[in-house]
Order: sequence, then C-alpha cells, then structure tokens
Amino acid sequence: MKTVKHTLVALVEDKPGVLNRIASLLRRRNFNIESIAVGHSEQPGLSRMTMVVGGDDARIEQVRKQLDKVVEVIKIVDITDEEPVARELALIKVKATPSTRGEIIQIVDIFRANIVDVAMDSLIVEVTGDEDKVDSLIELLRGFGIKELARTGRIALTRGGAGPLLVEEAKETKVPRQPLKPPREEAESPPDW
Amino acid sequence: MKKTGAQILCECLVREGVEVIFGYPGGAVLPLYDTLPQYPTIRHILVRHEQCAAHAADGYARATGRTGVCLATSGPGATNLVTGIANAYLDSSPVVAITGQVATPFIGKDAFQEIDITGITLPITKHNYLVLNAKDMARVVREAFYIAGNGRPGPVLIDIPRDVFQQEAEFVYPEKIDLPGYRPKLFGHPAQIKKAAELINAAQRPVIIAGRGVIISKAFDELRELAEKAQIPVITTLLGIGCFPETHVLSFGWLGMHGMAYANKAVQDADVIVAVGMRFDDRATGMVSAFAPKAQIIHIDIDPAEIGKNVRVDVPIVGDVKNVLQALNAQVIPREHMEWFSQLEQWREEHPALTIRETDCLIPQYVIRLIYEVTRGDAIVVTGVGQNQMWAAQFFFYDKPNSLISSGGLGTMGFELPGAIGAKVGCPDETVWCIAGDGGFQMTIQELATIVQEGLDIKIAIINNGFLGMVRQWQQLFYGRRYVHTRLLGPDFVKVADAYGIAALRVTDKKLVTSAIERAMDHRGPFLIDFVVEPEECVFPIVPPGAALTQFIEMPQEDKISPPSQQQRGGR
Repeated sequence: MKTVKHTLVALVEDKPGVLNRIASLLRRRNFNIESIAVGHSEQPGLSRMTMVVGGDDARIEQVRKQLDKVVEVIKIVDITDEEPVARELALIKVKATPSTRGEIIQIVDIFRANIVDVAMDSLIVEVTGDEDKVDSLIELLRGFGIKELARTGRIALTRGGAGPLLVEEAKETKVPRQPLKPPREEAESPPDW
Repeated sequence: MKKTGAQILCECLVREGVEVIFGYPGGAVLPLYDTLPQYPTIRHILVRHEQCAAHAADGYARATGRTGVCLATSGPGATNLVTGIANAYLDSSPVVAITGQVATPFIGKDAFQEIDITGITLPITKHNYLVLNAKDMARVVREAFYIAGNGRPGPVLIDIPRDVFQQEAEFVYPEKIDLPGYRPKLFGHPAQIKKAAELINAAQRPVIIAGRGVIISKAFDELRELAEKAQIPVITTLLGIGCFPETHVLSFGWLGMHGMAYANKAVQDADVIVAVGMRFDDRATGMVSAFAPKAQIIHIDIDPAEIGKNVRVDVPIVGDVKNVLQALNAQVIPREHMEWFSQLEQWREEHPALTIRETDCLIPQYVIRLIYEVTRGDAIVVTGVGQNQMWAAQFFFYDKPNSLISSGGLGTMGFELPGAIGAKVGCPDETVWCIAGDGGFQMTIQELATIVQEGLDIKIAIINNGFLGMVRQWQQLFYGRRYVHTRLLGPDFVKVADAYGIAALRVTDKKLVTSAIERAMDHRGPFLIDFVVEPEECVFPIVPPGAALTQFIEMPQEDKISPPSQQQRGGR
C-alpha cells in the first residue's frame, strides 16, 4: 500500500482539553502526525482541526476511526482525495544587511510573500501557500541566515459546495436543518504554486 | 429547587437506577459522603483499597449488565482506581468512576492530595469530566451514564472538586442528552448484511466466533438462531464464554492461546468466519499473518474502529450485534454441513483437549471440574489471571451469559476477589465462586474484610501451587526451566481466613475435594478452601506466543517443547 500524507479535517467541540485528548490518542496509538492546526470554524462553539498524517490507507482509516470515537469530535473526514485548497502560513525572520536586503526583497516578491517587519539587521517575511512553496522560499532564504521560523501547519478546505463537515453533519443530526446559504461568488483562486 | 452539588449528584444517581456504590472516603469527597445518608436507596460498600472499588464496580457491571459505580477521594484515592478503570476499559465494562478533587481555587497548585486524574485516565476511559460548576453536574452525570452504558460500553470518570460538592445550583434534571459527537451506529448497513448472508449461505466450512459483544448486546437468542438455522459451529473468545451454551451440540469451545485445539483448527480451516462482537485480540488470533488463511471474514461490531484494526475483513458490519443478527437471520437459509461437521468431530476426537489426566495427586483441573459438578454449573465464577483463569475457563462449562467473569484484556491479577464482591452484590441470589491463584489472591487479600463486613456469601477456591504459575509455565517452556522469582511463599490461607472471621479448609488430598466443596456450599456465609495442588502443572494446550493457532502444544511432552525462535517470540 502507498504511504502518502493525508489531510484530515475534524469539527470538534470547543471545550477545554479537546486538543489534549486528540494529541494523547495520536501518541498512544503511535500514529505519525506531521502537523495539526486548530481554530474557530464557521459554526459557533465548534473548532476546526486540520491534521496531516502519514501512513498507508489502513493506518489512516484507523486514525480517522479512532479520532471519531473521541466524544468531542463531531465529525472527521479525510479530504485528501478531494484535492482541497491547502495552505499554510510561515513567518521567517531572516538576517538582512544593507547589501542583502534588496536581494531578499526580490525573492520575496517573486514568491508573492510580504515583508511585515523591518529592522536594522533583519526582516520578517510572511508567506502563504502550500508546503512546497513555503519550503522553497525557506530554502532560498536559508543562504541569508534564518534567525527564527514559525509555521502554522496545513489548513485546508474542499472546493465548491458547503464542505464535507457541514453538509453531512446537518443530514445526520435530528436538529432542524439550517437553510444552506447560497454559495457565494468565490473570489478567483490565486494560482497554485 | 436549589440543591448542593453533592445532592444533585445523588439525585442523578438515583434516577440512573444506581443501587450500590463501591467506595472509600477521604477529604475531598467528604461533602458527598455527608450527603449520602439522605439517599438511603443507594447502598455504599466500603472496600479496603480503591483499586477494589473499581474492580467491584466492574464485576457488578459484568454480572448484571448494569453500570457499576465506584467512588474515591482525590490524589491517592483516584490513582488507586486507575488499574480498575483500565481493566474495565479493555473489557468494555460500563463503569462510572467518581473522584473527589481539591477545591477549585487549589487546582493547579500541587495542593495536598491533588492529582490530575482526568489527565491520567485520558487514555483508559471512554470519556472523562472535570466538573467546575454545580450547575453542570446534572448534565455531566447524565452524559457519563449514557456514554458508559451505550454503544460499546466503557468506563467514564467524573472528577469533582470539593467546593463544587458544596456549591448550590438549581437542580433541573436534563431530559434530553445532547451529544452530537457521540452517536453509536446501531443498525448494520443493509447491503453489507446482504453480502454477509450470501457468504454464509454459500459457505462450506463456516464458523462463528462470538465475543463479549454478544453478551453486552444480549443477543443470545439471535446467535443461537443463526447457528442452528445455518448449522454453524460456535466458537467463543475467552470473554465470550457463556454467550452460547457450552453444552450445546454446536458449541466448539473457545479459541486462542489456551483454547481448544479443535477450535483453533476449525478457525484455521474455515472458509467463512462470522466474527460477532469480538476484536481479534492477539491472544485469540495467534500470529495474525497466519490467522484463518482460507477464510472470508464477516466482522460484526458496534465499534467501527475495531473493524480492520488487527485482521483484514471482507464484510464489515458496524452495528449493535442483536440488531445485525436479527437482520442477518432473516436472510440466512437453513443449511447442513455434514462434511464439515464430521471433520470437526474427527478433530475433537483426535485432540481430546481438556481430559483430566489420571493421577493420585491433587491437580487443579480436577478441582475446577468438581466445583462444576457439585454446583451443577449453576454459579457465577469469577477468576484471577493466569493458570487458575485458564483452568476455570477450560474445565467448567458455562451455559449462561455472565457466568464467567474474568479480566481478559488487561489481565489483572487481583481482580478475582473484588470482582466476586461486585458480582455477589449485583446477583445476591446466585452462587458466586471466586477462583483465585495464590499469587493474585495476595494482591487483594484485604477485601476479605469487606466480605465479612458486608456479609457477602462468596465461596473462594485458592488454586495454591506456590508459584506465579503462568509465568513459571512460560519459564518452563520457553526459558529453560529457569524459575527466576516465581517461587512464592504464601501465608497460611486458612489462618488468614480465620483471622478475618471466614470459615476455611485446606485440601491436599484428592479424595477430599468433593466433600470440601460440598461443605463450602452448605455453609451459610463466605467460605475459603485452600487447594494445595501440584506445583508444576501446566495449562495445555498452549499456542506459543507469536505462533499460528495450529502450532499448539497439547501435552507436556518435554521433547516437543523447545524455546521459540527469536522471530516467533517477537510476534508479528
């Protein structure tokens, strides 16, 4: 079986200890996790978690099923096959001298990244994109000297429609179904890196 | 109406039908203990160690099918529960554990007897709660019982700070449970059930492997209907023992490391396996890669995560066993499997496992068989872990569900006595036999006091071989007879029993076994028999760890026994 990185997205109740529960489960069952990102979702009281997990199909299926058993996990889906829009954000503090600053700014421009802080001896670069794009930029900047680096890990949404977490959720629950809002005109998606 | 947190907790316990709590008081739970007398329908049983409170709640749950409740104070009280909670977790036993916690202002300050018990029990509970406000109490207790007892049962822990017990809140009993993330799937997928029926209808050499899920789901009649209608032999797991009458003509024993040789052969040769409410534990499957090589496997379980976890499955059916079997039975056609059964009978003759060897010595197998005969099988047997457990499972025949109560997944020595306490409290009209080893018995021996204080009529048989028998057996078979630290000096168990005020006998002579058991049965009140048995008796058959199910060793023939290769021992 092929080992690929899978993107799992989960809707979880926004309660204390949820992240701990999930992290503990992943550790206990010896699952290999690449990144995990958590934040509020579009539904109040619910957070959305995006996990990148490596392993063969059977392994990923186990991860998904085990996580689904956590009481606070309302729904969890593997969206890898749906070719989701996946992004991560990185902040890179890179050494910059008057002689290298211009070159760095050029590279940053090519990557459509931003300079968000300028100091005498350094710059902070903010870049958004898929992991490959972020990796490439980091590689290029490494030559100048990276002083600090922070990455968020992947977050992802499926394209079009209302998303796998919301739609099926509304179908399964007995709560009166909320009228789905008509899909908004999506902004033209930026070119994929 | 306003009530204190402790009162709200008790109100909810009463509404959940709780009739007994196994507990041990301490500082953090004092407000609750102070409240308990206001609720006289709740009986409290004072154990001598919190581990036994959890085991007793577990034993109670297994014997009755109802949720067991245990209670301990913060810190050491809570940590002492841990083994018992883990035991309940691995055997899917519904237990609600209530612990006291230091008052909320002290949480996180390393206060006296503070421990993060929700953190500690995270991986061994189905779910757990820390109640920080009395107004959440009713909802939490309701949810806890719902989660513990529904779907695949398991332990749920509720940690309650001392001041929350005392805090007042409006008591409103939540009629509805709102748990959007917890909705067990109860009915199997019709398409999968159809596929399963087709497989069963076409099978030539089918077997059913029935596990504890059948007992939990109370699907005995459905299982029996399937077996009888389609003429399929029923093999159980260790924890499934009793879900199908062992004296039934279609019963073919239980499988696994110490299972019957013919059962293991049948599984390995089957073309269709109907696995019902079981989880393909490694002790049951032997070497997984060599498990049932010819079989298509239908796996019915309520826990989707169990399907495909250990073995490949051809037809997965997620649902409550009872519902699924009902749907399946409607589509299964009556069949005969004459050839298959004549093969099975031949194996049963070739491998007459479980015959008791002729000897004048007192051997444990004989003791168990006589307990079976004297009780006529009408008893709840609660075992320890190790040789005593395997012999109790092999030489007693169980026709009723929940008649064998044993620690399977965790394999907890010391479960026998507190487990028996729970079983007896839950089923006061049943005869309860606690079958212990001399090692495990010494782990929880203090509960003899609980038995006396509560007047529990429990019969105790110690299979006393002066060894940690199962470990010694492995040393004998796989470690060149080097008995490193397994020789066990025990106390005079008869004197110990006497000191606690329990009638007791020692039996060393084979001829006196029957009369001793009869005397125990005739005695009103608890009775202990110390059976001093052959010290180096082994449990056979045995599938060496890491070997395939068919590679069993049947007899204590020295030349047949060689240490397994490193690869074998390493498992898969």
